[in-house]
Amino acid sequence: MTALYQRQRAMRHHRQAALQRGVIAVLDVGTENIECFVLRFDGVADAVPGDGVGAMAGQTRFRVVGVHPTRSRGVRFGEIDQMEETERAIRTAVQGAQKMAGVRVDHVIVCFSGGRPRSYGLSGEVEVVDQTVSEHDIARVLAACDEPDYGAGRQVIHALPVNFALDHRSGLNDPRGQIGNRLAVDMHMVTVEATAIENILYCIKRCDLELAGIASSAYLSGMSSLVEDEQELGAACIDFGAGTTGISIFIRKHLIFADTVRLGGGHITGDISKGLQISMTMAEKIKTRFGGLEVTGRDHREMIDIGGETGDWELDRRQVSRSELIGVMRPRVEEILEEVRARLDGAGFEHLPGQRIVLTGAGSQITGLDQLASRILGGRVRLGRPLRVQGLPQSATGPGYSALVGLCLAAAYPQDECWDFEIPANRYGGHSVRRVVNWLRENW
Amino acid sequence: MPPVTPRPRDPAPSRLSYRLQRLWLTPLVRALLKTGLPALVILVGVFWVLSDGNRIELVRQKVASTRYNIEHLPEFTVKLMRIDNASREVSDDIREVTAIDFPVSSFDLNLNEIRARIEELDAVASADLAIRSGGVLVVKVLERKPAIVWRSRDALELLDETGHRVAALARRTDRPDLMLIAGDGADQVVPEALRLFKVAGPIAPRVRGLLRVGQRRWDVILDRNQRIMLPETGAVAALERVLALNEMSDLLNRDIAVVDFRNGRRPTLRLNARALGLLRPVALKSDGVNPL
Repeated sequence: MTALYQRQRAMRHHRQAALQRGVIAVLDVGTENIECFVLRFDGVADAVPGDGVGAMAGQTRFRVVGVHPTRSRGVRFGEIDQMEETERAIRTAVQGAQKMAGVRVDHVIVCFSGGRPRSYGLSGEVEVVDQTVSEHDIARVLAACDEPDYGAGRQVIHALPVNFALDHRSGLNDPRGQIGNRLAVDMHMVTVEATAIENILYCIKRCDLELAGIASSAYLSGMSSLVEDEQELGAACIDFGAGTTGISIFIRKHLIFADTVRLGGGHITGDISKGLQISMTMAEKIKTRFGGLEVTGRDHREMIDIGGETGDWELDRRQVSRSELIGVMRPRVEEILEEVRARLDGAGFEHLPGQRIVLTGAGSQITGLDQLASRILGGRVRLGRPLRVQGLPQSATGPGYSALVGLCLAAAYPQDECWDFEIPANRYGGHSVRRVVNWLRENW
Repeated sequence: MPPVTPRPRDPAPSRLSYRLQRLWLTPLVRALLKTGLPALVILVGVFWVLSDGNRIELVRQKVASTRYNIEHLPEFTVKLMRIDNASREVSDDIREVTAIDFPVSSFDLNLNEIRARIEELDAVASADLAIRSGGVLVVKVLERKPAIVWRSRDALELLDETGHRVAALARRTDRPDLMLIAGDGADQVVPEALRLFKVAGPIAPRVRGLLRVGQRRWDVILDRNQRIMLPETGAVAALERVLALNEMSDLLNRDIAVVDFRNGRRPTLRLNARALGLLRPVALKSDGVNPL
């Protein structure tokens, strides 16, 4: 875990440097689109969250000064598939956003949806050193969490302390300064495939940028599209992307579960393309213009031109009724929702006090998705749009931007992660020589 | 057959253009390129010119010729002078005094100096100069109006109401409408003379003129060689008294040479010799004295 600590801490340092400079870029590497925002932070020292000011209040600290979405290339299932192509797409997005902002950006925070995120609940317990809980105690208890065996090819992307318990009192958010004997912590850890992170790191480095953070977009969509009550009482956020569908569950304003279904809007388009024998572009076009999920009598009569450019009259004058289109789309959406349902059941969503489900992501704009989702997922379903942040153009306020807006919020007000605390000395293990050097330096 | 479309251009920036743009967005580089480089180029250019005397001379000539060309554009050429509100003689005088040979560039005309020269003319009270479109120099003149004729020791001159010379007069009969004053220093007190003439209205047909005596007081000269001697101060009041006397006793129609009012408390009459000869026996008789 030490190597991970090193890298995550290095990213934290980059992020701090960027906040000092006042300019940072956030980048969403998606399957269909790659979007880049440039954020400007100005004079914000007073915005430290205090009483009643939650994580959401971080939105006031920054302003979006540059926006550039571009067509994604070389990304499949939210993972980088062709490095060169993706690097070009990232360059396009970053250059456009830089140009709009008129500033050079050196640090970038990236979110991506792929890499098969997996959630783990961890817990640790430790004796408080001298009655009063100090930051050091928190570091110790975080380090005391027994690490699950998540596999060799995976890396921790998030490790969020969710809950602290001091003796018999549980549900503490910040136990520092409190008096007690035994400090226990529940931690939520998300791991993703290491190769996904490595690929992104490589691409960002090739673009002359420093990676100042990396996050899973399932988590970030929840941060931006769930309102505060939903985050507090328990809600699931379902982010319909093009290549993956992200699932995140929040309670008491903490992420407690994150997962993805490796199916998305791109698959619906593919089905239309295959089912109606038309090009992907045309399929995408008629999906967004005429797509739906509930058939009514009128849809049998509404004919859609799906002609091509082959020059064959018979082929180019084809028409399908809207109900046929819906007939192609619906099974796939049902499949996605069934899969989501299975994941939510597996996570124990039904035990949460609030059963709110929020649909977001570009795919959530399919007409009738909320009815279908409420039939399959049960509970109260609503369509969510991301929070409005300062300086965001109208074109970037749709549900497709919820992950990126969530990343803006996370950049402005980062959640404490376990590597924000000092690692206790005894975790260093094999670094005894450095410890000796440190000891000498401190004492001489 | 599908239409042959050209391969779409890669929308992504090349690595080079991406790096160059990032460099361009770097504040220091940007400031250097936007201000430092032009400043450097200008400085080098200036030093290059200044490093050689021939080049300086060349630049100077170029500047001078450019200036000359601009000044002699037709738009800036003044072709004629128009003189308003002036009589023929005065405008001739003005043309003579200004001595501008048209056409001339308006840059070469110093209007203030020309105006000063015009206003030096005696007949001109003030002048207004302006260059109008079409290359016309307009001179608006306010002429002095002759108010009085002054016979000085050498010549006959016309003066305005302030006593400033207007012009010379060849003969008194050229301006019979104006009153005549004479004597040294009479031109210094023209306003008083004018007031006296005004007061002397009832006897105006008889007044031949005013004579300044000893540069301090006036004599009113009437025909039949009569004169009224006025005091240094209060001349107008004294003349009014004389006229009042005249009205009462027809004083001036009598055979009197001089009415002496120099001392207001002791006015004196001087009779002509004939009147004196007639008066004396009468006076002696009334005194009981035999004239012989």
